[in-house]
Amino acid sequence: MSLFRFLKARGTAPVARERLQILLSHERIAVGPRDLVAILRDELLATIRRHVEIDPEKLSVKMDRAEGFSTLEIDLEIPCDKVALAVQDAAPEEATAA
Amino acid sequence: MSKVIVVTSGKGGVGKTTSTASLGAALAQTGQKVCVVDFDVGLRNLDLVLGAERRVVYDFINVAQGDARLAQALIRDKRVETLHLLAASQTRDKDALTDEGVERVIGDLRQSFDWILCDSPAGIERGALLAMRFADEAIVVTNPEISSVRDSDRIIGLLDAKTRRAEAGEKIEKRLLLTRFDAARSSRGEMLSVADVLDILSVPLLGIVPEDQEILRASNVGAPITINGSAGPAARAYRDAARRLIGETIPIAVPDEKKKTLFNRLFSRRAA
Repeated sequence: MSLFRFLKARGTAPVARERLQILLSHERIAVGPRDLVAILRDELLATIRRHVEIDPEKLSVKMDRAEGFSTLEIDLEIPCDKVALAVQDAAPEEATAA
Repeated sequence: MSKVIVVTSGKGGVGKTTSTASLGAALAQTGQKVCVVDFDVGLRNLDLVLGAERRVVYDFINVAQGDARLAQALIRDKRVETLHLLAASQTRDKDALTDEGVERVIGDLRQSFDWILCDSPAGIERGALLAMRFADEAIVVTNPEISSVRDSDRIIGLLDAKTRRAEAGEKIEKRLLLTRFDAARSSRGEMLSVADVLDILSVPLLGIVPEDQEILRASNVGAPITINGSAGPAARAYRDAARRLIGETIPIAVPDEKKKTLFNRLFSRRAA
């Protein structure tokens, strides 16, 4: 009986490892250096919105940590028509600036 | 030059106080001047682990509020003369500690000690944040167990956000002290391996302290394992970790289950 149990048991540590990796990849986004990610997100949103109208929900800012450095991932979806409009709007502005 | 190190973990019961006392004593034995500071207001225990519970007259809060001089509150260890303790208050409210008060006391301690080890309370509340606030470096104490690893990850995030160094854009060095490690269980795949924990937390390793019955014996009598004459694996691990703190290069041996039975050896690949 115990022999069969030994053969069957592959250890629970791999399960622990996997659960932690999944959990932490989410928690680091949610709680990471919270202030910084929130500030960056707000400022990015404000900067982009000056030129293109976007849905705030479509902007994702994530920070992840590795040994010695962190990575910042910015993911934003902009509808095609909005980009075209923004380019047209921006052109005369640049002309006046110059 | 003095160094302020916070010993922290997020989760309670992983060995912060034991590690602070053991590392502090081991550092002091090398002739360095060491002060261990208990930040756990209302639940102080560092005095007990060091066997100094009956010698506490003035505490951290008395000094921070100017009711006592630092010299009056410091308790010198009777076994290692370069080891000192600044106890936490057991009776006062934990809000009695302020940023300014802590900063001033830490600043004063820097004048007289080479090492200041701050024993953080568990949790991520005010007390834990104050303990890490003025630190130059951090020791993150972690057990190879999921809730401890998760909480350590959270604490690492806070160290990078809420310390003075982090706020000034400087780097705060963090090192992992893996405690209560059981090599046999890990090799059977029943416990997270050292590599697993390091991979998940991405923090360099200060040491691996194996599960050791000597630790309870040491705290029973109020003598840290590094000064009670223990030659066990945990005492050795703490001594080596202390030497790494000083800057010596001592390779970290990952404990391995040596007495493998033939049966285990045959199946060892399954657990790898």
